[in-house]
Formats: sequence, C-alpha cells, structure tokens
Amino acid sequence: MIRLENVGVRYGMGPEILRDLTFDIPKHSFQFLTGPSGAGKTTLMRLLFMSLRPTRGNISMFGRDVVDIPRDELPLLRRRIGIVFQDFRLLNHLTTYENVALPLRVRGKDESSYRADVIELLEWVGLGERIHVRPQVLSGGEKQRIAIARALIDRPEILLADEPTGNVDPPMALRLLSLFKELNRLGTAVLIATHDLNLMEQVNARHMILSEGHIDIYDR
Amino acid sequence: MIDKAKKSVAKVKKVAKQQFRAPAPIVPPANLSSKALIVVVIIMSFLACLTLGFVTLIQETSKTWQNQISEEITIQIKPADDQDMERALLDAKSLALEFSGTLSAEIVDKTDTARLLEPWLGEGFDMDELPVPRLLIITIDKDNPPDFTSMRKTLTETIPNAYLDDHRTWAGRLVSMAQNTVFIGVGLLSLVLVATTLTVVFATRGAMSVNHEIIEVLHFVGAESSFVANEFQKHFLLTGFYGGAIGGGLAAFVFFITDIWQDASMATALNDQASALFGSFSMGASGYLGIAIIIVTVAILTALTTRITVIRTIREIDLVRSDPARSDLT
Repeated sequence: MIRLENVGVRYGMGPEILRDLTFDIPKHSFQFLTGPSGAGKTTLMRLLFMSLRPTRGNISMFGRDVVDIPRDELPLLRRRIGIVFQDFRLLNHLTTYENVALPLRVRGKDESSYRADVIELLEWVGLGERIHVRPQVLSGGEKQRIAIARALIDRPEILLADEPTGNVDPPMALRLLSLFKELNRLGTAVLIATHDLNLMEQVNARHMILSEGHIDIYDR
Repeated sequence: MIDKAKKSVAKVKKVAKQQFRAPAPIVPPANLSSKALIVVVIIMSFLACLTLGFVTLIQETSKTWQNQISEEITIQIKPADDQDMERALLDAKSLALEFSGTLSAEIVDKTDTARLLEPWLGEGFDMDELPVPRLLIITIDKDNPPDFTSMRKTLTETIPNAYLDDHRTWAGRLVSMAQNTVFIGVGLLSLVLVATTLTVVFATRGAMSVNHEIIEVLHFVGAESSFVANEFQKHFLLTGFYGGAIGGGLAAFVFFITDIWQDASMATALNDQASALFGSFSMGASGYLGIAIIIVTVAILTALTTRITVIRTIREIDLVRSDPARSDLT
C-alpha cells in the first residue's frame, strides 16, 4: 500500500532528519512507530500523509509515486487516509458531532446518511453524552477521542495516529486500542506513533523504532 | 451485555435526534476580524456612494444650468429722453416674436424689476425717478434658435437703446465650469473607488488570516480546494453585501433626508442659496442605480478576494509539501 525507498528528509540546508528509510506498510497491517523525542516521528507521519515530500528517495502511495501526484488529486488520495494529529486540529466553532462528521460533510454526503454512524462512533469512544459540546469545554482526552473518531469515521484504508493515547487514562487508552484493532480486523492498515511501551505490548504488531534518522523494524 | 449496549446506543440516538439542528456553517460566524471587515466595508461603501451621489448631482445640475440658459435670451432697454419705455418694450417684444425660433416673450414689469433691485436700492423707491433699464425675457427653441446677429441688428435699428444678450459668454463659462466640476468629481470618485477596492481587499485578507488553521484542517480531511473556496466565498459574499448595503443605504438615506429638508425649507435664504448652487438634492434613478452597483461590486470584490486568499493559502500548504524548508508558511 505504501512503500518507501531510500527516503531522506532535510529542512533547508540543515542535517538530514530522516535517512535512508526503506520499508513498506502492507494492507491490513498493524504497526507501532516509536523512538525518542525529536527522532523524526512526526516528520515521517507527514511524509506518509503527503503533507511533506522527501528531499531524496521515492515514496509510493496506493501504487503511485508521490512526486507525480498532481496537487488537485491530493485531497482525493487523503480521503483514503485517516489521520490523528498530535495537536488534534479540531475546529472550535463546531460541536463534537460536527467535527467528527466533517470528513463526510466535505465529501458532499447528506447529513441524514451518516448521522447514525457518527453517533454510534461517538458512543464507542465514550463521547455519546458530549455530542453537542464544543471543543473549548472538553478535556485533552476528550479532544483526542474526537480527533480519533474524525479519522475513523469514513473507514480509511490506512490510519495514521500520532500519539493517539497521549492524553487519556490507561483504561481509555486500552478502549481506543481495541477500537483500532477492530478497525484493523475490518481491513484498515494502522500505524500508531507512540511512546507508550505498555500500549505496544498489548498488540502483537510490528514495531518500527526511529532513532537518529534511521529506522529499525521488528516484525512479530 | 449486548442488549445493554444496544439500549445505550438507542438512548443516545434518541437524545441526539431530539437535539439535532442544522449543522453549523463550516466557516465560523463573525469574529473580531470579520466585524472589523464589516465596519471597513460600511465606511468605504458609504464614502464611495456619497461621492458617486455628489458627482451625479453635479452632473445633473450642470445639465439643468445649460438647458435653462440656452432656452432664454434677454433684451435690455435703457431709458432715454423722450422715449416711451412701455411702447419700446412692446415693440421689442413683437419684433423678437417675428423671428423664427422664438417661442414666447415676457416683459419684466415694474413690480418685478423693483424686486430685482431691492437688495441694492431697498424697498419703496420710485422707479420713475431713476433711469432703471427694463428687461424682456424671450424663450427660444434651443434646438432651432433664431439668428441672433440679424435680430440684434434689427433691434438696434428700431430701438437704439436696446441690447440683446444671448447669454453665450455666460453659458460658455458656466458649461466649462460645470464640465471641470464633473471632471474633478469623476477623478475623486475614481480615487475613492480605488481606495475602496484596496481597503476591502486588505481588510478581507486580514479577516481571512485567522482562518488559516480551518483551511488547513479542511484540506487535510479531504476537502477539495474548490469546496473550501466556495464555503469561504459564500460567507464573505454575504459579509461584503451586508456591509455594502448598510454603507450604500446610509448614503442613499443622506440624500433622501437632504431632499426632504430642501422641500420642507423651501423659500428660505439658506435653501435658495443651496438650490442656486446644487439645484435639487433629489438623486435620479441613475444615482440610486450607481449605489446598487457599488454595493454589488463591493460584495463581489470581497468574495473574489476571499477565493483568491483561500486558494493561495492551500497552495502555500502544498508548497511546504514540495519544499520542507518552507515550513515557516504553515
């Protein structure tokens, strides 16, 4: 589904943040991405989300070289990817429900066609009673769950989650993890960037460890 | 356990269904920047419409001046010894009416002549004791005027003290002045329109700058550029139209009130002076049409600037994609 070959990234004339990354993310796979702070996890996530292009090497997304993808096609390809940003990126003037339904709304779907699905998903992430609340009055954990629900609502082919359990307590983290597992079972490839070793132990999944720009992969 | 979960979901759905309303617009309602934009649009539309109104007024007044002057000529007869003034006036009248192109002639009688001289000579003076010239006002067909040279010659031969004034010198000066005034007015209007355009463009860009994050999120959740641009464009078209309508409406109201004031204070010194200078303050249909055009233009300008800003913002986001060194843009 996604393939990286000898990928390197540098910002301006600075040193390479990522060096010689070569790996692939197969369909239906589950993997954790970990490493010390500043190792380049977020940069790698941006590469995979096509919000950054490598300064060298090749990335193939859904069978296409990212360099050849025209700008106008990017939104259509991003619809196949669910992303959970580390800083959530919720729209403060929209309610929980409206934030989660946003990807469906921008695809032009009729509100009545997705209302039940959005409510069900919000119930799953424990926000069933917070449907009409705006993000300003929610806790960090609640915002994180909205961001996760927004990424999952359109059943993406791959889910990229940057520290998705960083602001929730351990029981909620496990609950969210079971949601990711369920999603994976239904066919979505999952890549979770996290520092939480305990969480990583809960799933028999591939571990990708990023350190000083290099990546080591441990298949299980 | 499953039954319990199902009941819980059913309960949430029921509650949610009861509380649901139409989804909030994707573009947030007026924030501080949007409110500032509305104020700027109101002020600039008001000034632009006011300038347009004044230019229209001056143009129409100058036309009225030209028409009034070109419709009339005057014969002035100075008193002379052994001359019957009334007889001379009647002779001049019948002589003038013999020429093709004259429509009517009216002798300014003694009472009206006295009133004309009142500001200089005061009330109650005896006309017969002073050598006061008398006037004959002749209305002519402005499209087919009489032969002034021939009329002047015949008049001088018949009544040596008569003088024909066709107002040509005065009319020429007045037309020239009116044309200059309209030219200056159009220049001022152009400057105000340019200032309005620039101010609205920069105020819109300022109001849009706070929406960068929203544009980015929409772009990242799969919204196409045209969708994002349309959403913002719709919102700012209404903002521009709202501000423009208030500004333009206020300007139209100013002209409307001034017109009512002019009607109400008719025959007062102040009104006479204002009327002499500007004619009627009532703006014609062209003036109101101009105001409507300015309102629509301002709204379109705001919407267009928004569209360009959204597309430029998305391009900047994508520019970072192709050049990681440009991360400062996001």
